[in-house]
Amino acid sequence: MTSFSDSLRAAISLILSLDPVLWAVVMRSLAVSASACALGCVLGVAAGAFLGVSRFRGRGMVIGILNTLLALPSVVVGLVVYLLLSRSGPLGFLGWLFSFKAMVLAQTVLVLPLVTALTRQIVQDAENTHGEQWTSLGAGPCLRAALLAWDERLALLTVGVTAFGRAIAEVGAVMIVGGNIDGFTRVMTTTIALETSKGDMPLALGLGLVLLVVVGLMHALIAALRWAASRWNASFVLPLTPRLLG
Amino acid sequence: MKDWVDLQQVSVHWGAVQALSQVTMTLKAGERVALIGANGSGKSTLLRVVHGLIAPAQGQVWCLPWLRQAMLFQHPHLLRMSALNNMALGLWLDRQHHLTWHQAREEAWVALARVGLREVALQSGRTLSGGQMQRLALARAWARNPQLLLLDEPTASLDPHAKREVESLIQSFSQSQPDVSLLFASHNLGQVKRLASRVLYLEQGRVLADLPVAEFFNSERLQAVSPQAQFFVQGEH
Repeated sequence: MTSFSDSLRAAISLILSLDPVLWAVVMRSLAVSASACALGCVLGVAAGAFLGVSRFRGRGMVIGILNTLLALPSVVVGLVVYLLLSRSGPLGFLGWLFSFKAMVLAQTVLVLPLVTALTRQIVQDAENTHGEQWTSLGAGPCLRAALLAWDERLALLTVGVTAFGRAIAEVGAVMIVGGNIDGFTRVMTTTIALETSKGDMPLALGLGLVLLVVVGLMHALIAALRWAASRWNASFVLPLTPRLLG
Repeated sequence: MKDWVDLQQVSVHWGAVQALSQVTMTLKAGERVALIGANGSGKSTLLRVVHGLIAPAQGQVWCLPWLRQAMLFQHPHLLRMSALNNMALGLWLDRQHHLTWHQAREEAWVALARVGLREVALQSGRTLSGGQMQRLALARAWARNPQLLLLDEPTASLDPHAKREVESLIQSFSQSQPDVSLLFASHNLGQVKRLASRVLYLEQGRVLADLPVAEFFNSERLQAVSPQAQFFVQGEH
């Protein structure tokens, strides 16, 4: 217990003293996961919204596969991306292995099924309730997908935060494709794993605390956005709408 | 007068449920046809078949080519944006007019003013009352200059005041454009008497009576044509 409280005290001291090693790792983690999340959300929302409104042969199978991929272990994603990016793999010519880009790619693959599946469900529910009204007004499937996804943007923000949480908290994929290289591809989770094995509890615990705070702040931000949206409903959305329509 | 809509032996199934069964009906220019019947009798399905939202399992649906249609739903859906932008979006989507977004917004101001919603134009569509939402939806339909206006119980979920407002807008719309046909579902027999020129009574997906409004509300005539319809009308009074 003494060891735990000592480690916790040391961890808080590291955070408050703005320890350069700790903050370099934190910033790298945030950059990797935010980039992966942004990419995953752009692709996943587009694919999920289209799946939500479209009807085609084999759609049920696609959704089944997508839902199965929700349980995809991060080490499996890491392994597949490693094989793709390795020198003899189909994407070996990119030379991305053990780089920032490789970690972003792995985390994008990890969050893509999550964003796609949740967006599909949200947009499909909206389509079932209101889709025919927009069809009646002349909106085709692609435009309907865009409109309904736009209309459900608050729910999709939560999907984005969930995806970010999954990306920043995973360790398997970035460990395999990033290699945990000090000062280059070392991120929060891989550092925690490494420092724990070395017995350096304060740094590991400090990073764990920062990880929790980051995810907590993201949720607080979403809650604030939701509150703002409900309070200033029209003004919140007005400036964005014409840009959506071009 | 030439038919604008012609349905022949149209059937629609939802799994084992027969939503429409061998429905045959026509609609001419300027006719105001009310669809009445109990919940689940097929009124909404029939409207959606005419509007092209549902493909029939059997039978034929023919509409005059290029017939401009607009449909009003019981619960209009407005996007999470201002009433003005909701209105403009409806106009912008209309392929007949080919408006730019800027033009659509200009037109939207006029359309909203026509139904008395100019003051709430910049308010979020989601914060409007049920009556205001329905008026906006009616203005959106109206602005598209439809030749056939389909209404699916447009006043069913409104309070009496909002009901009167929406109904009087429908009346003024149909009076200002006598060639426009109305096909509407309603449970409100008073509204049917005020708006319709002809009444179709549906039960379990079948049309059991198709009469001019005066004959439909003549109990002896209705009894002779369809005792079930007469029973329904009596139950409503």
